[in-house]
Amino acid sequence: MATEEAGNGFNIHPMDQFEIKSLFGGGPIEWYSFTNATLWMGFAILAVVLLLVVGTRKRAIVPSRSQSVAEMMYGFIHKMIEDVAGKEGLKFFPYIFTLFIFILVSNFLGLLPTSFTTTSHIAVTAMLAMAVFVAVTVLGFYKNGMKFLGLFWVSSAPLALRPILAVIELISYFVRPVSHSIRLAGNVMAGHAVIKVFAGFAGALGVWAALPILSITAVYGLEVLVAGIQAYVFTILTCVYLNDALHPSH
Amino acid sequence: MADTSHGAAPGAESAPGMPQLDFSTFPNQIFWLVVTLVILYLILSRVALPRIATVLAERQGAIQRDLDKAEELKRTAQDAEDAYNKALADARSQASEIVAEAKADIQKDLDKAIAKADAEIAAKAAESEKAIQAIRDSAAKSVAEVAQTATADIVNAVMPNAADAKSIKAAVTARLKG
Amino acid sequence: MEGNIAELGQYIGAGLACIGMGGAGIGVGTVAGNFLAGALRNPSAAAGQTATLFIGIAFAEALGIFSFLVALLLMFAV
Repeated sequence: MATEEAGNGFNIHPMDQFEIKSLFGGGPIEWYSFTNATLWMGFAILAVVLLLVVGTRKRAIVPSRSQSVAEMMYGFIHKMIEDVAGKEGLKFFPYIFTLFIFILVSNFLGLLPTSFTTTSHIAVTAMLAMAVFVAVTVLGFYKNGMKFLGLFWVSSAPLALRPILAVIELISYFVRPVSHSIRLAGNVMAGHAVIKVFAGFAGALGVWAALPILSITAVYGLEVLVAGIQAYVFTILTCVYLNDALHPSH
Repeated sequence: MADTSHGAAPGAESAPGMPQLDFSTFPNQIFWLVVTLVILYLILSRVALPRIATVLAERQGAIQRDLDKAEELKRTAQDAEDAYNKALADARSQASEIVAEAKADIQKDLDKAIAKADAEIAAKAAESEKAIQAIRDSAAKSVAEVAQTATADIVNAVMPNAADAKSIKAAVTARLKG
Repeated sequence: MEGNIAELGQYIGAGLACIGMGGAGIGVGTVAGNFLAGALRNPSAAAGQTATLFIGIAFAEALGIFSFLVALLLMFAV
């Protein structure tokens, strides 16, 4: 394909960095194989433990740096849930915080050179999004019974339009996990692929490589921003969906 | 296209398809993701989040406590200042009272002393008056006597036996009263 | 180079798909610009609406990401 055609000119493989490899023994990847994705998920756990457990071990009244970061994240997510989903949403605080911290730490770890970005894989983000989707749907029916369907019946619209709107609402409801997952994976993947493409240019340009390297620096800065924002967006959308489940009145 | 078949075969060097769409790795990723999330959830919900919550609550409590303490200290200081001011005012009024009392005492003493002194002076003056009177009387008597004796002598010298002592005395007394 | 009409179609399709990203850019710009206009008119209310801003940006951006994904699929997966 593209790379084979380019052959001797630009030899860029922007997608190679996302490849999943078995780290021990090689061979086909079974469900239990220890892959680079596993490794970097493990690093994510390690980072979270360092930040949130080791960092707060002193329980200081006047916090150290890591402790105040941990407290800031706690307060940030706590406030977000309370603002968006209300007081009842706070029951799900640990779960939402887990999602947030996992995505945030994975995104940032993925920005280290030669690392592997677990959140760039649709399998991972789709799993996260499906978990949210299923949990929210089940919760909605459990809490409100059939009244949860009122979410699709826009009672403020004229009666003739309501069935049409119901269909649209239904479709948009089921598109949620798709956009929820692809937004995250796509953003992360796009940034990494762009950096890789620029890096490929730099390899082929000789002295003029300075230009793509500057661009890489700029894109990298943007990616740092995106890594944080996407974690934030994923979390706040989770809160929005949770709010729909808790208060489905339209 | 053609290379999906290539990409599906693992080991073909750097399969050019999207690794994200290589479904053979999905079970692996999903499995490890679930493991990761469960571990993270357990760590967070059992250790990290309760700890941060207690720290935040403690800090809130400590701040509240400090504020309360500061409030109390402020009140104590206020009380102390009030007490001080009151004591000062008391002392001041007491002092003025003492001063007034002392003044009154002194005035009384002074009046008494003045009265006593006046009385003494009056007594002494009366005594002196009397003494002066006595002296004057005795002086007058002596003058009369001297005058009589002198008169009798003069009369005897001029005309012996011309007059008796009684008439001379009467004449001298009338002259002295003159 | 001998032609391969399917490959030609892939490349053209991928390039066309990238136009969608421009649409997303317009969308994100509209969201952010209108937020800024509103925020400057009533700055005291702006702080409470940043969450809404980010949700709006995320929805607008998702569609651009979809088109990017289509381009990627055409380039690498079809």
